Amino acid sequence: MDSLHATNSAAPPIVSLRNIVKRYQRGAQPVPVLSGISFDIAAGEFLALMGPSGSGKSTLLNLIAGIDQPNSGQLIVAGTDIGILNERDLADWRAANIGFIFQFYNLMPVLSALENVELPLLLTSLSGKERRSRAEYALSIVGLADRVEHFPSELSGGQQQRVAIARALVVDPTLIVADEPTGDLDRESAADVLALLRRLNEEMGKTIIMVTHDSRAASHAHAIMHLDKGELHAKEFNSPDAVKL
Amino acid sequence: MHFFKLILRNAFRHKLRMALTLLGLVVAILAFGLLSTVVDAWYAGVEGASTARVITRNANSMVFPMPLTYAQKIRQVDGVRSVAASNWFGGIYKEPKNFFPQFAVDVAYLDMFPEFVINDAEKKAFLRDRQGAVVGRKLAERYGFKLGDTIVLKGTIYPGDWEFVVRAIFDGKDAKTDLSQFMFHWEYLNETMKRTAPRRANQVGLYIIELSNPSLAATISREIDAEFKNSQAETLTETEKAFQLGFVSMIEAVVVAIRVVSFLVIFIILAVMVNTMTMTARERASEYATLKALGFGPRFIATLIFGESLLIACIGGTIGIALTFPCAYVLGKVFGTIFRTFNVSATTVAMQVACVLLVGIVSAFFPSLSAARVKIVDGLRSIG
Repeated sequence: MDSLHATNSAAPPIVSLRNIVKRYQRGAQPVPVLSGISFDIAAGEFLALMGPSGSGKSTLLNLIAGIDQPNSGQLIVAGTDIGILNERDLADWRAANIGFIFQFYNLMPVLSALENVELPLLLTSLSGKERRSRAEYALSIVGLADRVEHFPSELSGGQQQRVAIARALVVDPTLIVADEPTGDLDRESAADVLALLRRLNEEMGKTIIMVTHDSRAASHAHAIMHLDKGELHAKEFNSPDAVKL
Repeated sequence: MHFFKLILRNAFRHKLRMALTLLGLVVAILAFGLLSTVVDAWYAGVEGASTARVITRNANSMVFPMPLTYAQKIRQVDGVRSVAASNWFGGIYKEPKNFFPQFAVDVAYLDMFPEFVINDAEKKAFLRDRQGAVVGRKLAERYGFKLGDTIVLKGTIYPGDWEFVVRAIFDGKDAKTDLSQFMFHWEYLNETMKRTAPRRANQVGLYIIELSNPSLAATISREIDAEFKNSQAETLTETEKAFQLGFVSMIEAVVVAIRVVSFLVIFIILAVMVNTMTMTARERASEYATLKALGFGPRFIATLIFGESLLIACIGGTIGIALTFPCAYVLGKVFGTIFRTFNVSATTVAMQVACVLLVGIVSAFFPSLSAARVKIVDGLRSIG
């Protein structure tokens, strides 16, 4: 259990879960998904969550990201007990703290790359000029400065995922959550995306939690946590040389 | 700007679907406008009625005439300024399908209708010529009548071939004036009847009465009818508006049916729009869930859907309303002189606008409610 808690005792963990329980209702029958999960994630950590299908890893990610709520337990993310927030406050909290990367990119097809990246900034008080400038910078970080006016349909899968990463990055979030970010990409694009995530973690100090079923993808992370049937098992730490292309 | 971009671009995302939905809206709003205009045309006589005139007819039926001697007695009733005899002629111009209203009228008749704008010289020419006729501009243009033309009408109620000379062409003071009328001298009709059918002479179809004080219409009407109570031809005197409404009530079932159809058309397009917006919202469930995940609230999502629905409705509605005018013009030409006027009224346009807004708002209601309420995790899992 100790191995599942933050190793850096100087700074508080960025994510702290205590006895998290999550059930779904299938008709009259409650289906347990997470059974008393407890662990910490340190700031600046790049953590991969792995497990078989139905293990609860995506559910766990959704809880941490604030797009679902536990049935019981305490969930503190970025200093806020998000389990007690109402819908409106949770939405505001997400906008300020979480950057999302989805398996299927989830870009708005009718907006250009720049406009997609600007989207989260609409919830801030930045002017149009400032929003545009930040979005352009985010796109330059992911190597798409020359694709700002392209629409998602004009971009490859890998490029679309990089736009999604730029969108996740643009609000300077406390935490980036990625649900199978390479699940819909070919090997080369997947490698590019994973290398980018690693760069964000190492150069910009972003805390990243990534759900994946791909051990190659997981090897890019600092640590891997295994879930099975809603329970956490061992946390293993990757060596710096463990990154495989 | 993003918000409006999202609405505008989403609305045009599926071009074929958008085109077909717009086409349905255009047709529905256009049909509603034209059907309402048909109903208005039937009520045009009512709308154009003067409060300063009342009409006296045989209480049993308009088919039965009244004696000419009634005119003098009516003139003596307090509040009556002027009395004019009028008989429906009902003749045929060349062939039965060339229908237009024809009246034999007293010389005082034209002065009672200030809405008829007649050139002084032409009026004098008409008054001088016992066989003269005054025709409305719309009628003149339809059949090419010009000043000095001889028009032959084949009598049906008054048998024989009747010749008239066009001495005046009148215009209307406003759009509601009936410019399809053909009027000639009552004396010409009566003198001919005296020669050819004496028993039918000195018989009047309607008395048109001009009042000195329109607010006394009810009182004066009662007094006129009291004058002829228990006589051979009892009278019924009513305001011009009530008289015109009497005609409309004869075909009330048709008017009601047309109104029902016009609203049914709107109901149908509403159902189509509801289906379109429901499908659209379902397809975009994952996009709305993504927006929610990013921090946008349910109200933002709902407003996107409402905005798109209203945009589509307004585009289709605007085209439909704009097309109503030229289509009504063409339809008016086709109807010819069946309706006294065939104009798209401001009320019709206002109702069209109201229908457009209703369709836009109602069709977005349930889809936006559903999209706003859907859980983020459920929305992200959906496949559009």
